[in-house]
Amino acid sequence: MGRAQSSSEADVSPSASASADAATPASRAQRLSTSSRLTRVLGIAGLLLLGIMLAFGLWFSGPEIAMRDSVRLLYIHVPSVFVAYLCFGVTFLGSVQYLRNQSSFWDLMAHAAAEIGVLFVVFVLVTGSLWGKPTWGTYWQWDPRLTSTSMMLLMYVGYLALRRLDLPGEVRSQRAAVLGIVSILNVIVVHYSVKWWRSLHQSQTFGIDTQMDGLMLFSFFLGVIAFLAIGAWLLVHRFRVGWMESQLDEIRLEHALVERRNEGRAYPREDDLLQVRPGES
Amino acid sequence: MHWEFVIPGYIIVLGGIALYGGLLIRRGRRLAEQLPPERRRFLD
Repeated sequence: MGRAQSSSEADVSPSASASADAATPASRAQRLSTSSRLTRVLGIAGLLLLGIMLAFGLWFSGPEIAMRDSVRLLYIHVPSVFVAYLCFGVTFLGSVQYLRNQSSFWDLMAHAAAEIGVLFVVFVLVTGSLWGKPTWGTYWQWDPRLTSTSMMLLMYVGYLALRRLDLPGEVRSQRAAVLGIVSILNVIVVHYSVKWWRSLHQSQTFGIDTQMDGLMLFSFFLGVIAFLAIGAWLLVHRFRVGWMESQLDEIRLEHALVERRNEGRAYPREDDLLQVRPGES
Repeated sequence: MHWEFVIPGYIIVLGGIALYGGLLIRRGRRLAEQLPPERRRFLD
């Protein structure tokens, strides 16, 4: 956030605003944002699916026999887990790719995915906690699944903190990539924690032998697809924001170098002055 | 029954997504205004 604010506050490119003013209003609105045709389609599809999921999840599908209406939290809790897992998978992939070929694309993608993943893990913990009260009788329990999920959140918050450290860009990216690779182990631990240890948490919600009835299953699938669409929409936008920040940082560095060079020309070095012989102008 | 847990859950999640998405769009617009067109790769 700190880097983003500093980037947005500095006026680094007068040519950018001049060229933007010359563009037509439609193309200007299109280009002066992180949206594109892809994100508009994805965003509208996500919102529509979310609206339908809300109708089915909160209205058309009925309560479950044991959990009653609290089962409706399933339609946002589990899809949030899926989005978080996928995002951390992208962070892992981006980190590996960055270490292999120093690609800034994958570096920025890993960072963007980690931020979205953290957001959705927070949703997982909040909805899980709210679901725990009516079903387990408590908001929180130091159960293997809950504890490992909290640790996963902390690791990726640490990853985001590392990305904000005041270090040379390459060093920061390399260290973040190593952490992005190591952190995936925690995701695996979270996923299998209900199998490896005795847990209060139920085992995987969805499998071949699922016991959900038709409308519940439909609402659940709608939730998964809607959250995946919204997660992808957020990821593309977050990546583009990161890309623009990196571009502005480069421009700022180029301007600083030019200024430094001009300063050098305006004020000759002491050595140069000493070499001027009497009679020379 | 249990709606007192369901409704806050939906508000937090959907509100959180809307808030984060809105902030992201605003941040993107501010940055895009400063970026020269030739540097806007990945935006089209």
